[in-house]
Amino acid sequence: MVGAPRSAGMREFGYQRFNSGMVRHLSLRTAGELRVMLVQNAVSDAYCSSGYYNFPDLPMADKDWQGADLVFDIDSKDLALPCRAGHTVLKCAACGAPFLPPDGAGEGPAACPGCGSPRHDSRSLPCRDCVAGAKKEVAKLLRVLGEDLAVLPEDCAVYFSGNEGFHVHVDDERFRGIGSGARGEIADYVAFRGAVPERFGMARSGAAGLPEAGEAGWRGRVAAALLGPKSARPRLVREAKAAGYGAFAARLAGLQPSLGARIDRNVTTDVHRIFRLPGSLSGKSGLAKAPCGRDLDGFDPYRDACLVDGDPVDVVARSPVRFRLRGRGFGPYDGEAVTVPRFAAAYMICKGLATAPPRPPAPAPR
Amino acid sequence: MITLGPDEMARYPFLAESGAYLRDAGFTLEQFGTDPDLRRLLDGAEERVMAAARGEARRAGGAGALSGDAATFEVFSFLLAVVLLRMAGRPSLVRRFALREAMEAERRLEQDLRHIVPGRDAASAAGGRRRSGEKELAARIVGSLTGVRIVASGDDAASGATFAVPVADYVERSGRFHEREWKLVNRGVSAGLVRLTAHEAIRLVRAELGNHISSSILSAKAPPVPPGLEGPVGRLSAYADRHFPRPVAPKDAADPPCVKHAAAVLERGENLPHSGRFLLATFLLRRGRSVEQIAPLFRNAPDYSERVTMYQLNNLATKDGTGYSCPSCDKVRGQGLCFATPECDGIVNPVQFGTRAAAPPGGG
Ligand SMILES: [Zn+2]
Ligand SMILES: [Zn+2]
Repeated sequence: MVGAPRSAGMREFGYQRFNSGMVRHLSLRTAGELRVMLVQNAVSDAYCSSGYYNFPDLPMADKDWQGADLVFDIDSKDLALPCRAGHTVLKCAACGAPFLPPDGAGEGPAACPGCGSPRHDSRSLPCRDCVAGAKKEVAKLLRVLGEDLAVLPEDCAVYFSGNEGFHVHVDDERFRGIGSGARGEIADYVAFRGAVPERFGMARSGAAGLPEAGEAGWRGRVAAALLGPKSARPRLVREAKAAGYGAFAARLAGLQPSLGARIDRNVTTDVHRIFRLPGSLSGKSGLAKAPCGRDLDGFDPYRDACLVDGDPVDVVARSPVRFRLRGRGFGPYDGEAVTVPRFAAAYMICKGLATAPPRPPAPAPR
Repeated sequence: MITLGPDEMARYPFLAESGAYLRDAGFTLEQFGTDPDLRRLLDGAEERVMAAARGEARRAGGAGALSGDAATFEVFSFLLAVVLLRMAGRPSLVRRFALREAMEAERRLEQDLRHIVPGRDAASAAGGRRRSGEKELAARIVGSLTGVRIVASGDDAASGATFAVPVADYVERSGRFHEREWKLVNRGVSAGLVRLTAHEAIRLVRAELGNHISSSILSAKAPPVPPGLEGPVGRLSAYADRHFPRPVAPKDAADPPCVKHAAAVLERGENLPHSGRFLLATFLLRRGRSVEQIAPLFRNAPDYSERVTMYQLNNLATKDGTGYSCPSCDKVRGQGLCFATPECDGIVNPVQFGTRAAAPPGGG
């Protein structure tokens, strides 16, 4: 299932072994070698650099960086959606029991109902709304990349990240060689971050040249969002002028999360980062980093990235949250022994919400 | 490489390879020093370097076509100035000369891009053809020196822009400017192009023009000084030594290795992160050096601006002792700027280096 990325010979590979550390700075040239590496090392998570190097297997300082794909990371956990509290599970650091956060607490302080320990970590079982919210951000990003930066659809690859979001890899030779600072400027552009009122026709001395809806780029989008449909424009323009510079600046800042694509800037500016290899499974979910294809709307990670087989397996499940995979609902489970398809078992085990059942006594030797 | 006509060469003399040009012109360097008719060109070259050293702006005008004689003077005085600078071997003069010539080039490129040709009949057909040729030439010069492709685009009412450059070329350079209007998000961007005025397009590549001129002077070996040129070369060297003493680079034993390293990075013309510049400046101020002594250390930085550097140094100097003291060894280590040697044992701040306070605790 794991395919070799473009220019594989110039990329750095790495992997994480089950319950073990990360191995980095590997190079390989063919898909065959890649499969051998994955099989021989009992790999849970496999990674590949967005960067190209002359010597991918040398330490970072000696790799001789040649360029990198332009990568954007969108994560549903950064979207602050109201549904999130309902599918976040806390896991006690002392006794290991999973439990739901008390009402309204979200991922904040909470004590374990079993042992009272205040220490816990959290994991989320993102719902349809989370997936839809992240897709909306991807769509905004793709629109700006296409319209403003003239990135061709065939140079953009959208992947489900394997856990809670999407990665957009842009392999466009115009941007391959640009540095980290330049990537930050592109990140701020697609996120609509740092815009000043003057660019949109509002100066401290007064308004002149407010944007028209038909204009290209951010001026056109701001015009549509702030100055409304044609019929309302004269009134909205009058009001904007009357409200003045400060109010305009505040409205512009308020537009940023809805107009801009909510991406993680640090991912875009890091030209040495390694990313989960498309086709490999995430140890955090048992789901694959999967290409979404052209039909992003129709892509369902809980169907299309759920690649583990459906053979029945026995687990002890403790999932206080219900979840859906491949069209079937599972849970909630309260520490019971259940028989579920292997993909559901893998999902729960990766989320820390299920364990393998105690081994039956070994049959007596004959 | 761009082939230029004589008139174009006069406007952009830095595009010529000076040795080859002078050779092809059929003159030896000695002749410029000895032949009374050619001597005028040598004097012009000396004056061109001196004017830059004195910080004089070039006189306005002079764009567009020059008469044959004036064009010859422009080209030769530039190329001979380059020869004199190589012979004098004073980087301080080269930097000032390159800066002044780059500003001149910037002005001409901008005018050519706008197709403004002072003194020409705008209505004449010949004038029109020439002007579009100049616009194209300016774009070609920028392209060949910097790789930035400037294209003419329709008028953008919102910004007054009539040119555009590819997004990647823009963002690779716009980081030099800290004003918010240079952020990509505050630019007209469509179809992969960033809209710019002629002034902004040239401003974007200013640093590269200056680097091109100074590196073309510094890269060639200094020829021996022929008879007749000792006079100007000697006068220029003496002027530089009197007015631009070499900066007091921290190289002596009293300076800690982190500070020496920071100074060396700058001297090589490499980029020193802000934290390193801060360390260097605060350390030297604390050691009693003046802003005027410290500023030249930053001259080779890729993003050097005399005005900004002086402003920042003055700012540090006035707050010295209250706000901006030299960062601690811990901090310097955390920034990856520490290159400790055994002599650093026992100090917690670079300013303690080599002082009594640096003696290891316990007097051992
Ligand atoms: Zn507990
Ligand atoms: Zn949700």
